[in-house]
Amino acid sequence: MKKNNILKLLISFLILMFFCGRAYSSSENLIKVDWSFTGITGKFDRSSLQRGYQVYKEVCASCHSMKYLSYRNLGENGGPEFSLEEVKAIASSYEVVDGPNREGEMFVRPGRPSDHFVKPYPNVNAAIAANGGAYPPDLSVLVKARTGGANYIYSILMGYEEKPADFVLDDGVYYNKHMDGNMIKMPSPLSDDLIEYSDGTNASQAQMAKDLTTFLTWAAEPHLEARHKTGTKVIIYLILLATLVYFSMKKVWLGINTKK
Amino acid sequence: MSDHDYVPKSKIANWFNDRLPLLSLGAHLREYPTPKNLNYWWTFGGILTFCLIIQIVTGIVLSMHYVAHVDLAFESVEKIMRDVNYGWLIRYIHSTGSSMFFLAVYIHIFRSLFYGSHKSPRELIWIIGMLIYILMMAAAFTGYVLPWGQMSFWGATVITNLFSAIPVVGESVVNWVWGGYSVGNPTLNRFFSLHYLIPFLILGLVILHIWALHVPGNNNPVGIEIKKPSKDTVPFHPYITIKDIFALLMFMIIFSGFVFFSPNVLGHPDNYIPANPLITPEHIVPEWYLLPFYAILRSVPDKLGGVLLMFGSLFVLVILPWLDTSKVRSAIFRPMYRQFFWIFVIDALALGYLGAMPAEGVYLFLARISTAYYFLHFIVILPALGFLEKTDPLPASISEPVLTGGLNPSTTKSDKFF
Repeated sequence: MKKNNILKLLISFLILMFFCGRAYSSSENLIKVDWSFTGITGKFDRSSLQRGYQVYKEVCASCHSMKYLSYRNLGENGGPEFSLEEVKAIASSYEVVDGPNREGEMFVRPGRPSDHFVKPYPNVNAAIAANGGAYPPDLSVLVKARTGGANYIYSILMGYEEKPADFVLDDGVYYNKHMDGNMIKMPSPLSDDLIEYSDGTNASQAQMAKDLTTFLTWAAEPHLEARHKTGTKVIIYLILLATLVYFSMKKVWLGINTKK
Repeated sequence: MSDHDYVPKSKIANWFNDRLPLLSLGAHLREYPTPKNLNYWWTFGGILTFCLIIQIVTGIVLSMHYVAHVDLAFESVEKIMRDVNYGWLIRYIHSTGSSMFFLAVYIHIFRSLFYGSHKSPRELIWIIGMLIYILMMAAAFTGYVLPWGQMSFWGATVITNLFSAIPVVGESVVNWVWGGYSVGNPTLNRFFSLHYLIPFLILGLVILHIWALHVPGNNNPVGIEIKKPSKDTVPFHPYITIKDIFALLMFMIIFSGFVFFSPNVLGHPDNYIPANPLITPEHIVPEWYLLPFYAILRSVPDKLGGVLLMFGSLFVLVILPWLDTSKVRSAIFRPMYRQFFWIFVIDALALGYLGAMPAEGVYLFLARISTAYYFLHFIVILPALGFLEKTDPLPASISEPVLTGGLNPSTTKSDKFF
């Protein structure tokens, strides 16, 4: 009994500390979206990924690079799955600097599916200089680089508000209720009907934020669907094997009394 | 290992075995008499061997694609995740594997503490085990630096800076470790080299660990010496092999759950931001398995004191066989130690939790109390218990419950770890 009392006391102490810690972390207030890609069987919504790419291309790409992605990725399984023709058309709409050629000159050619996404700025310093001193982060793995992941990105996109009257903001800084310190250097990137979706979906701010976040999640984790599928098979296999081994074990140990 | 006279059946095998007795070794491993009452907490030795092999195999494949250069490391990891066939699987097994390795090693260590497996005649098994544990931390730390994310860089900066606490030569030592005046390309290169080396050192120590185990044989939940072989033991194969395989499969299910369904939950998001020496993360925290030591380090206001206390916390573990003065091994027969054991478990968990919190206010205060208790446990409580505690009567053998009087301990509830 005495042992149990000490244990109970200490466990309640631990739980208390845990809750003190929860209060300390700030990712609790994020907008929670019911994403299609979470959970054991989670998959991406193909049309949402395609729309998300359109939002990236027409809105974000003017400042944000995605340097770890190639145009060919857009046609691969588990991604937006554009057709090969569409991927080729997307790639060739960009101009890529290649070379040097035999004369030692760099030259510009239309993009190919194997090319990496073309960057908006030649280097980090150019990006910082063009954006008032703030570097627009590369979006390739951004979803995995933020506490809260997809919910965080979505919350930032939807978190722009009028600043409270007593809140002081410098020029070129915007109020965002989900940003750390509520200040962000990126102006609200999305607004209703900012773009026209090629599939005719109503381009509300929330719809675009959702599609874009889905696209960025895929970009950060392009093999997510394969991972979920393989994982399900692996675990089913392990459970079946463990069941067989369990009964074999019972048979092997039959007749051996481990207590006496 | 010469305790049996194995004669291979064929002539060729005999010829071979006379010159290199590998077949005798195999026979020894099959017949190795093992206490029949080992519970599932004893299966973690096999699980840990599996973890080591998994880390080495996946690590060798990863190193075929990884580039140890400050400008290319992060990108090469992304290439592994995107373009290498099943690269995502190999990397996630490797990164999750380190956490699983530590989870298993902590269970293994606490099992040893509960059942007194560190006591005579098994002191060397324990000490080799502690060396393995310390090398594991070195391997995990150097490995975490390799992706060259923000936590990699700043973790490396914080930990290597600890050497600057050494009086007089501290600064020179740190520059020597870095290979320059800050954490940079030479640091990354040597960390990669060490990260490749350490697992093989661990492998060598694991062989010694098992060799040293096979001299006295396994301890067991009752903690008494038993005759080997006898009716208290079973041959290792097939009895223990199949039980270890079953436990390993259970472990692999949990392992796979992390790998396939939340591979990043055990890491820190900041490590997906490329290293930037100009921007310090808000909170620099090590991986979860190093947090208790981080809490001890930070609970001392003086840098040298903190470093000494942190290494001291490992040193008390190494010399534990001589701090624990009780002659009785298993906590089942030690009513007082049993309680202190659980308090110590909670203290270790509390230190881990506090290591993840900022070192200020109430957290710092609690971290100091927990640190003090950590040392109190090893330096005061354990030595004193050997003299103060009245232990329960021990049974004569596993098969014969108790020598004289008392409850039959092997049928009471406390027989189980929980």
